[in-house]
Amino acid sequence: MARVVVDVMLKPEILDPQGKAVLGAFGRLGFDGVASVRQGKRFEIELDGEATPEAVAEIERAAATLLANPVIEDFTVHVEAGV
Amino acid sequence: MRIGVVTFPGSLDDRDAARAVRVAGGEAVSLWHGDADLHGVDGVVLPGGFSYGDYLRCGAIARFAPVMERVVDAARGGLPVLGICNGFQILCESHLLPGALIRNDHRKFVCRDQPLRVESVSTAWTSGYAAGQEIVIPLKNGEGGYVADERMLDELEAEGRVVLRYVGDNPNGSYRDIAGVTNARGNVVGLMPHPEHAVESLTGPGTDGLGFFTSVLEGLVRS
Amino acid sequence: MIDTVELAGKTPDQPQPWDELGLKADEYQRIRDILGRRPTNAELAMYSVMWSEHCSYKSSKVHLRQFGEKAPASDALLVGMGQNAGVVDIGHGYAITFKIESHNHPSYVEPYQGAATGVGGIVRDILAMGARPVAVMDSLRFGPLDADDTHRVLPGVVAGVGGYGNCLGLPNIGGEVVFDPSYAANPLVNALCVGVMKHEDIHLANATGVGNKVVLFGARTGGDGIGGASILASESFDDSKPSKRPAVQVGDPFMEKVLIECCLELFEARVVEAIQDLGAAGISCATSELASNGDGGMYVQLEKVLLRDPSLTPGEIMMSESQERMMGVVTPENLDAFLAITARWDVETAVIGEVTGTGRLIIDWHGETIVDVDPRTVAHDGPVYERPFARPEWQDELQAAGPEGLARPAGGDELRGTLLRLLGSPNLASKSWITDQYDRYVLGNTVLAQPEDAGVLRIDEETGLGVAIATDGNGRYAKLDPYTGAQLALAEAYRNVATTGARPLAVTDGLNFGSPEDPAVMWQFAEAIRGLADGCQALGTPVTGGNVSLYNQTGDTAILPTAIVGVLGVLDDVARRTPQGFRESGQVVYLLGETRDEFGGSEWAWAEHGHLGGRPPSVDLAAERELAEILVNASRDGLIDAAHDLSDGGLAVALVESVLRYGVGARVWVPDGVDPFVFLFSESQARAIVAVPRSEEVRFTDMCSARRFAHQRIGVVDDGGELDVQGLFTVPVEELRTAHESTLASAFEG
Repeated sequence: MARVVVDVMLKPEILDPQGKAVLGAFGRLGFDGVASVRQGKRFEIELDGEATPEAVAEIERAAATLLANPVIEDFTVHVEAGV
Repeated sequence: MRIGVVTFPGSLDDRDAARAVRVAGGEAVSLWHGDADLHGVDGVVLPGGFSYGDYLRCGAIARFAPVMERVVDAARGGLPVLGICNGFQILCESHLLPGALIRNDHRKFVCRDQPLRVESVSTAWTSGYAAGQEIVIPLKNGEGGYVADERMLDELEAEGRVVLRYVGDNPNGSYRDIAGVTNARGNVVGLMPHPEHAVESLTGPGTDGLGFFTSVLEGLVRS
Repeated sequence: MIDTVELAGKTPDQPQPWDELGLKADEYQRIRDILGRRPTNAELAMYSVMWSEHCSYKSSKVHLRQFGEKAPASDALLVGMGQNAGVVDIGHGYAITFKIESHNHPSYVEPYQGAATGVGGIVRDILAMGARPVAVMDSLRFGPLDADDTHRVLPGVVAGVGGYGNCLGLPNIGGEVVFDPSYAANPLVNALCVGVMKHEDIHLANATGVGNKVVLFGARTGGDGIGGASILASESFDDSKPSKRPAVQVGDPFMEKVLIECCLELFEARVVEAIQDLGAAGISCATSELASNGDGGMYVQLEKVLLRDPSLTPGEIMMSESQERMMGVVTPENLDAFLAITARWDVETAVIGEVTGTGRLIIDWHGETIVDVDPRTVAHDGPVYERPFARPEWQDELQAAGPEGLARPAGGDELRGTLLRLLGSPNLASKSWITDQYDRYVLGNTVLAQPEDAGVLRIDEETGLGVAIATDGNGRYAKLDPYTGAQLALAEAYRNVATTGARPLAVTDGLNFGSPEDPAVMWQFAEAIRGLADGCQALGTPVTGGNVSLYNQTGDTAILPTAIVGVLGVLDDVARRTPQGFRESGQVVYLLGETRDEFGGSEWAWAEHGHLGGRPPSVDLAAERELAEILVNASRDGLIDAAHDLSDGGLAVALVESVLRYGVGARVWVPDGVDPFVFLFSESQARAIVAVPRSEEVRFTDMCSARRFAHQRIGVVDDGGELDVQGLFTVPVEELRTAHESTLASAFEG
């Protein structure tokens, strides 16, 4: 068993209304010193077996196909340690 | 003329789209998301709604429904395809149309009677309008902000592929006030507003949306 | 170790957490007497949720009986109270089912999910009757607009109502939003759903037919809102016991949408005998109600329930309020066809038991019996309290402190200023910031929606048959006089429906009050029911069902007594409906009904002076009936092109709303000898304004005269772009619009 994590973020040039709203709330709540906030999605994927390079490559394909829309989003894939 | 209306789990405006086809004088054919063929229809409408709950990204899962493989193939072959709201999102996810739809800039769902300008009348679905004609049809969405990179936006403008633009306040933060676009061939059109809710004055703000459905039917008769 | 019936018999003295589950000592003893032993933990869970105020109506039952006893004879009523929702005949073989339900406390704890699951719950009630849900409405109450907590609760509630309803594909066609300090920390979220079916498709939630299978389908069962029904809705919040706030339920509108289509296909294929939705008290409620409404016996193997969280105990499974679940009763011959349909919709389904003729509800857990009860004792024979009630001492003082001494505006400038301030006051301001977040178009049958007086739906495309629905409820009026206040709520909803041209047929009610353990609150409750039952009798509109929500209070302070009344009406042809807005220049404006100096509980007294005292406006139900007939006949005969009922804020506010709808103007004059302030702002009842085409003026006034109903020609529609009250003041339409429409947006977009 291994866990692979896919993080999906809007591309930097795409407006992120949610992130903007969080930034606004930070200001109102007095959390200072924050320059910007971007909100993304995190997928935790439990594999049946080990996180072999082949298995991770498969998840990368799934991420590019389904989890992220490459028109507006970037994604990163990493294997979570110690699971 | 037979126009297919696809029902995905979570489609909501499928009955309305079928009614609009009938009001325009066509025959509406129900297509199921699991269908492996298009039953010989002459055009397809992908209706509004929240296909599969739209929990991942709007349209992201519907794009992989069996019926969509057929729709994509047929669209590349010239079949008229109209994507309304969620259907527009599905067409973008399927790469039949460029760009993507993101959360409204004000982060709220918005439902209102929306003034629009018809920018292109050289598509299968807008040929019955006059260029520059202003129409009012309902808009209702939470993720209707149209985005694409600058190069693509310039290309769309240059090729006359911006089909509809919002008039007055931009309701959702769409780049360049874009409400609808078409592919290069003009047979595939996607738009966020709902022409199927403006085909009877009793139940809509008017009948300005009927032209989408009569355009395609007349085009089919001519060909 | 699992607590079985066998073990319970052997260990009579084992201490049990009845107190934590919200049961009183005598209620616990009653359970022991019924069973002749101590209950098992699962039985205790079941009785505790089903005997909670929320599920058993134990404090309200003795009063609610009046709705049946005083019910007017009505040919329209096909199914009355006691089922998931009442059913009304609207002709052409169509039947309408509609009901209002509260989700108040959960919406305070978690506004988005509380409101969303409130919509989900009432939609499943309607679906269980065999009907296709076709619209929702929401009646909301919040604390002051400028209160911090309102800014937490309101946006969440609105997003929840919208998020769930929009995703379900049900148009939201109306409702109300009211602000008052008494609702701070006690917001009210009452959701109404309307469903349509043919007469032959009505289904009752009864488990009949020995040997028929009991099937659970929809979402899996998880730990959502365990104890919510009993604990969350039974006691007022007390900050010292945070453990009494259990997990709220989370809704999945996509699952519910699929469930709707799946259930309708099951009904249509005639492969299901009965469907019961799972709401408060989950499986406990569904099994005991289905069994006691049917042949009386049911056997369930609880381990067959599909779980989202495998660590749940049997008691928790029985109490879970996981959303989007349904229980069906299916004949063995139809089971395969049933399963094929649920599979087509990817709806997970488990056969968990069958109907028996034993008169017992028996539930096993891996072969051991954990519940063995007479289901009637759970579902119907709960405790009934005759709570003491007494007219509060302060009532006389409140009624004595009338609005007579309040400073009234005099002269054109002051009247103009009063009008603009009232238009922007939270309760009278446009609610479009809220309602624009709701889809009112989906399904393509919405003929009228907010801000119209009532929502109007087309039911049959061929004949134009349709219905109108309005909800109303004025807590300030009811505080001054609960009997009259409840009738005023009824009268306004009734009038709103008639204003659109629909003939009022039937009523649903959402009764929201404070703690029944306070005799003053109980008196308000008893009076409101007496008023509503008498009113329904007088108007000929039976109550078909509804909901009671008690314990809406903070400390000793209860909310305003809030009886929300929903009225359903029928239009033979929706093309004849009368909209609210003036449109045609030159049409004549008539004021129908008598205007008196009535400002007790008025919006003017509250918004301008923070005053609440005196008597509410008087009720004249005979006049309401007469007015309704005039409006319905005038609509049918094409005598009027617009109509708007007069209520909060009086004539002036109604005129503005009718002018703003299509942005026209109007000239209005104050009749001779009438006080302009009273004319413009009084809240006298049984009144409406109408716009009459000049060609129909004689026919219209002849009709009013023949019925001896007061009617005054007070103005003319024009395209001058302003509201001109002649000799007093003039306001441009755009200034009216800004005053009316900016309040909510600036409060929540800031």
